[in-house]
Amino acid sequence: MTTTSAQASLGGARRPPRPARSLARRRATERVVNTVLLAAAAVSVLTTFGIVLVLVFETFEFFRVVPFFDFVLGTEWAPLFEPKHFGVLPLVGGTLLVAGIAGLIAMPLGLVIAIYLAEYAGVRTRSIVKPFLEVLAGIPTVVFGYFALTFVTPNLLQPLIPGTDVFNAAAAGIVVGLMVLPLVATISEDAMAAVPRSLREGAFALGATDLEVAVRVVVPAALSGIAASFILAISRAIGETMAVAIAAGSTPVLTLDPTRSIQTMTGYIAQVSLGDTPQQSLEFRTIFAVGMTLFVMTLALNVVSQLFVRRFRNVYQ
Amino acid sequence: MVSAMRAPEPVAERVSDPAKLERVFELRGLSAWYGAAQALRNITFDIPKNRVTAIIGPSGCGKSTLIRCLDRMNDLIPGFRAEGHVTYHDEDIYGPAADPVLLRRHIGMVFQKPNPFPKSVFDNVAFGPRINGYTGNMHEVVEGSLRRAVLWDEVKDKLGASGLALSGGQQQRLCIARALAVEPDVLLMDEPCSALDPIATYRIEELITDLARDYSIVIVTHNMQQASRVSDLTAFLLAGEERTGELVEFGPTRDLFTRPADERTEAYITGRFG
Amino acid sequence: MSAAVAERMRWRPTVAGRRRSGRLFLLLCYAATALGILALVVLLADTLIKGAPGLSWQFLTSYPSRFAERSGLLAALVGTFYVAVIVVAVAFPIGIASAVWLEEYVSPGPLRRILETNIGNLAGVPSIIYGMLGLAVFVRALSLQRSLLAGGLTIAILVLPIVIINAQEALRAVPSGLRHASFALGATRWETIRHHVLPAALPGILTGTILALSRAIGEAAPIILISSIAFIAFLPDSLLDSFTILPIQIFIWVSKPQAAFHAIAASAIIVLLVMLLTMNAVAIVLRDRARRGVGW
Ligand SMILES: Nc1ncnc2c1ncn2[C@@H]1O[C@H](COP(=O)(O)OP(=O)(O)O)[C@@H](O)[C@H]1O
Ligand SMILES: [Mg+2]
Repeated sequence: MTTTSAQASLGGARRPPRPARSLARRRATERVVNTVLLAAAAVSVLTTFGIVLVLVFETFEFFRVVPFFDFVLGTEWAPLFEPKHFGVLPLVGGTLLVAGIAGLIAMPLGLVIAIYLAEYAGVRTRSIVKPFLEVLAGIPTVVFGYFALTFVTPNLLQPLIPGTDVFNAAAAGIVVGLMVLPLVATISEDAMAAVPRSLREGAFALGATDLEVAVRVVVPAALSGIAASFILAISRAIGETMAVAIAAGSTPVLTLDPTRSIQTMTGYIAQVSLGDTPQQSLEFRTIFAVGMTLFVMTLALNVVSQLFVRRFRNVYQ
Repeated sequence: MVSAMRAPEPVAERVSDPAKLERVFELRGLSAWYGAAQALRNITFDIPKNRVTAIIGPSGCGKSTLIRCLDRMNDLIPGFRAEGHVTYHDEDIYGPAADPVLLRRHIGMVFQKPNPFPKSVFDNVAFGPRINGYTGNMHEVVEGSLRRAVLWDEVKDKLGASGLALSGGQQQRLCIARALAVEPDVLLMDEPCSALDPIATYRIEELITDLARDYSIVIVTHNMQQASRVSDLTAFLLAGEERTGELVEFGPTRDLFTRPADERTEAYITGRFG
Repeated sequence: MSAAVAERMRWRPTVAGRRRSGRLFLLLCYAATALGILALVVLLADTLIKGAPGLSWQFLTSYPSRFAERSGLLAALVGTFYVAVIVVAVAFPIGIASAVWLEEYVSPGPLRRILETNIGNLAGVPSIIYGMLGLAVFVRALSLQRSLLAGGLTIAILVLPIVIINAQEALRAVPSGLRHASFALGATRWETIRHHVLPAALPGILTGTILALSRAIGEAAPIILISSIAFIAFLPDSLLDSFTILPIQIFIWVSKPQAAFHAIAASAIIVLLVMLLTMNAVAIVLRDRARRGVGW
């Protein structure tokens, strides 16, 4: 500050005055800029408040009509037909079935790819595999839905398991698994890359093979980072909309059979939004109650995943 | 603790003529490169059995490169290449039949910075026996190794605690115990005390002297007092302008420190460079 | 001899077996990696085979129709373009300004940590929830109806956290020596940022924002709640007209039972993917320039 004013007064003494650059003007600019930037940063906070308020308000209205426990414990979901039932469990079950299948694909595959990239692959192999993962991660989810419906179900599932429904949880789960695969692979690989070299050397010096170093030293040392990637992948799978709206079906049933048509929470929200349900009706409000459920589940998973990331950072940084 | 500090028995007397000793390693014309940069040139000397051999020299002269050639740890560095011969019990370890995994199982290594695994004290020590298919009593091995590394009394009540929770000196002794648990016959140590305080250093030195009765030990150090305190034989390396390390002198530690044959050795041990 | 026997009894000589599991695992690594790559290749090839025949100038310049062979992408392409413009106009300035404020004005501490945690959490909120926010705030409360503006703003809010996180990363990569040098010359904070920090961070910021934009263009879920999803056989005249976008058009066609519509959905997917891959390629080139420190 003192430097600035000294220079300003010196400049004023020697040269003709330059009012546009006067210190007062510069200070004023600084204040305006500060305010503008602050306002911009406030948008994110407002977004969070907006999301929470909208969901809470509409969900509250919903629960004035439908008893809370009918919603969270009910095993029948039929809000659009008489007699109406508002048990969310079939939607939650369908969501978890798809997310579970996605996890069964993305977690082992992603972890093995991560181990391969972090512990075995040379620079050349990495420079080939990584762009593939980036492209996979960049493909819009509606494309995965198309792939599930027009390729995975008719060309893989139905020949393999005759009687598979046209819309089914398996196809949706498989493509959602592909979708979150890059996430698991990338985050797990980053975690393993952060494991110090000295640990690998310590194990090699004891006569460990590449596999033993990878599986018994590096993976355990990176475990919280890997867990974070798994949880995040599940959270993404739960929140995924387009692929399941296209391929999983719109039959809210509580089943573990992946060849059946089911409905996920996101699928239901999409279905109602696409229909002509009046917006102020109780039927329409159901999407906010379901959205709230979805929001709470994904937020909880994201927070847990962040805790794991933090734990990992504390050990190695 | 401090009052118990005393200089370990000088061990240099145990060596008069290194050529008469039984050998563990024979290095013959060993040269090493990292990519295009040559790190070692034409190193030739023998490392005897059940003695402590020190490798000294200024920083960057190739001490670590040399000791890591003895258990082929440099294989893990992309672009590394070695020429010449290193034999371990008369077997060429860089030969076509050599298996680095099997080799390292018989050659323990302790690193500059303690590197315990982020596992319990017990699992750290048990790691080597487990991967190497040890079928005996694991508790006995762990306890024996920790006792041998003079750490047992300090950790016997917290074998389940993380190895990372120990002090630096304890961690380094844990790493020594971990290396001993697979019953190696050689122990390679690359500046094992450089990250430790004087008391921890003293304890490790004492341990080295003690272990020297049963193991062949090679220790890298840039601390000449340490070399003179713990070693029977000393190899002095020096790198010239082009940063390629060469062996200047090798012989009984006492001789090397009292009447060096090469004037560069004398210059180094009297502290005139490096 | 007896020592060797004792040794053999306690140490199973298992190196060969361990090496075998090592080789098996490496095979597993190859298989997993190949499977991931194969899935992507099959997806792209399948789309290409089914969609390429339908690509034509007429397809790009026609409105949707009840007949697959007469349907085209015009409305969706124009809608996507307008949405992208709104995202660029809204999310980028706000996102970059937020990043500048977080990185350059707020000192590390609880406030910054809370704000960054909030942004991280927003990035993890399912995109369809943003559609609900857009429906309640833009469509209803601000009475924008199911308009282009409502959709564009919703997508802008959706990608905002990504823009902020990417821009922060780019700002963080600017060496702090640059800032100190400028402060030492008597520049104010904003002068320092405007003349030194932002220019240095520009390639990185551009990369991050292009990646965010490609995410925006592929998003469909929130628009399901915003757009009227009806037949859009016209181009929007104003920000308050109704609209459709490419991924929504794909969704509509995929959801029809007729195979002919699935085929034109594939054609539309090719168009969408070409757009996205082009944008990503540009982003990667920019990133490499930024990494090599090439100035402007
Ligand atoms: N991983 C490596 N890659 C490339 N060069 C290396 C590597 N490790 C060591 N060097 C080089 O080899 C030379 C010898 O290093 P080193 O053996 O570590 O010396 P010292 O242990 O005696 O300090 C140095 O010039 C060093 O820069
Ligand atoms: Mg060294």
